[in-house]
Amino acid sequence: MGRIQLKQVKKAFGDVVVIPPLDLEIVDGEFVVFVGPSGCGKSTLLRLIAGLEDTTSGVIEIDGEDATALPPAKRRLAMVFQSYALYPHMTVRKNIAFPLRMAKMDQAEQDRRIEAAAKALNLTDYLHRRPGQLSGGQRQRVAIGRAIVREPAAFLFDEPLSNLDAALRVGMRMEISELHKKLKTTMVYVTHDQVEAMTMADKIVVLQAGVIEQVGSPLDLYHTPRNKFVAGFIGSPRMNLVEGTEAAKHNATTIGVRPEHIDISTTEGLWQGTVGVAEHLGSDTFLHVHGVPGCDPVTVRIAGDVALNHGDTVHLTPRADQIHKFDAQGLRIS
Amino acid sequence: MATQHSRSAARIMMAPAVFLLLVWMLVPLCMTLWFSFRNYLPLRGGDLGFAGFNNFTRFVSSSAFWPSVLTTLIIVGGVLLISIVFGVLLAILLDKPMWGQGIVRILVIAPFFVMPTVSALVWKNMFMDPVNGVLAHLWRFFGADPLVWLQDASVFSIILIVSWQWLPFATLILLTAIQSLDSEQLEAAEIDGATPLARFFFISLPHLSRAITIVVLIQTIFVLAVFAEIFVTTGGAFGTRTLTYLIYQRVLESQNIGLGSAGGVYAIILANIVAIFLMRIVGKNLDN
Ligand SMILES: Nc1ncnc2c1ncn2[C@@H]1O[C@H](COP(=O)(O)OP(=O)(O)OP(=O)(O)O)[C@@H](O)[C@H]1O
Ligand SMILES: [Mg+2]
Repeated sequence: MGRIQLKQVKKAFGDVVVIPPLDLEIVDGEFVVFVGPSGCGKSTLLRLIAGLEDTTSGVIEIDGEDATALPPAKRRLAMVFQSYALYPHMTVRKNIAFPLRMAKMDQAEQDRRIEAAAKALNLTDYLHRRPGQLSGGQRQRVAIGRAIVREPAAFLFDEPLSNLDAALRVGMRMEISELHKKLKTTMVYVTHDQVEAMTMADKIVVLQAGVIEQVGSPLDLYHTPRNKFVAGFIGSPRMNLVEGTEAAKHNATTIGVRPEHIDISTTEGLWQGTVGVAEHLGSDTFLHVHGVPGCDPVTVRIAGDVALNHGDTVHLTPRADQIHKFDAQGLRIS
Repeated sequence: MATQHSRSAARIMMAPAVFLLLVWMLVPLCMTLWFSFRNYLPLRGGDLGFAGFNNFTRFVSSSAFWPSVLTTLIIVGGVLLISIVFGVLLAILLDKPMWGQGIVRILVIAPFFVMPTVSALVWKNMFMDPVNGVLAHLWRFFGADPLVWLQDASVFSIILIVSWQWLPFATLILLTAIQSLDSEQLEAAEIDGATPLARFFFISLPHLSRAITIVVLIQTIFVLAVFAEIFVTTGGAFGTRTLTYLIYQRVLESQNIGLGSAGGVYAIILANIVAIFLMRIVGKNLDN
């Protein structure tokens, strides 16, 4: 079991309120991802759940029990840190065994769990090594191994993949997703990586300055962002936000169109502009088009390779059914 | 990586320092070795010629020799024990954020700047004096008879005085080491269910092992040669005669330079035995 509920949880460091009172429910077995810009309080929120920070006010419940005042060890949660936080003087085996040893579990059971975890994470050959003799990806797996042997109620991950190179990150992303499918344990995952959030999450929580902007499934957030902030934050490349007369035509202060929802033509279209930077990725082409009133530049995504380059004149037409409208407060007009 | 050229340049630039160090160390060492084989009595005829191994056998067969070696080792061991244990505790305490941290840290480090002779005299006259010392007053306050520290607990008193001087050094080194401990490791251990005591023994102490090794090695070298503290307090009486002090007595009080030099050679051997012994136990903390 791993149901976590935050009720009016608030956190302030001195006079600085980092998280204004906030409500959130994490259902048992769910993979929840916290995303948001740097400094918005993702780590702080995770540390509040872990018990590493005290709440200023509010209640944290784990499985229906008040855990606000419980020390971290009693919350049955396991945490994986960005820096891995492995114990450098212990071998991999001792690192993984540490929580079991602290719980005074009997040796046979310890060994069984360690072997199982090592096998699941491909660490069997490295059990006698020190963390210093491992690669980044292997260290990350040891940190995860140390978390899973405890069979916790929920896992907390704080940007666990941000120290890895791109290729390894893709691999580890899949491994963590598979681990979640296998264990079916609640996971709370902090990241500022779009792709991680979209691909791994059952539920994404978008934070800005400690405030929850929207909670929903990845596609929910993609198709119906609740406000301008979420619209701009979810999706890569970013949604184009057009203001002024173009928006007024739709009775909105701002309209948003995703780069992949704009048709491009060299002869006719709604908006005219010139290509600034053209990024040819092979699978896709990203064009940054200048000269559209109310939004500069407009980013357009075209599948495949197109023969358009810097300085070419193009015509853009947003797909009518894919236009997001926002009012003066930045809220969505349905 | 160093190229051929930069390596030879480095050698040339290092040469003066190496030369100076060699002369600085080799000349006294050679003179000590030379005199240890001479029958050299400055007030009784000067250099009276070659003495063979006479000085060496005489120095060891003196009834004062083995006790002095033992005293030396006890003092070194005692000082190490006190300064490491209290050094670790003080370092952990000073690492905690508190009001007036800067001033407290300076106060803790202050004894290191007091000259050995001065600090020993302060201890002897202000603390350990059986009539007017602070400790004597304390004892009397509780109705006990004041202890004659430098006579009844002489070796312990010396250990106390020397530890007081070396504790700041240990604390300073250990404090910098403890500040470099990644706080996420402690937090991870906390989540893993480690009690504060377990966190200390499993995380903090292993992290400090390298710093402790350095403190042990450096302090051993200096405390083996402790002299001023004994000279101004007990003058070598009441079982506080260390090997260094014995050599001093042979050279200056008995005016026998040959015999003292032989003692000097023994001191070198003792220091090396201690060094090898220490490197065996703690030296492995320095690699990796
Ligand atoms: N111990 C502290 N004392 C004072 N302010 C703090 C403390 N810890 C964090 N903060 C502040 O709280 C805010 C949120 O910090 P937090 O670490 O949660 O951000 P984050 O969303 O994890 O950012 P990032 O993506 O860069 O990791 C920041 O503005 C930070 O300056
Ligand atoms: Mg963070």
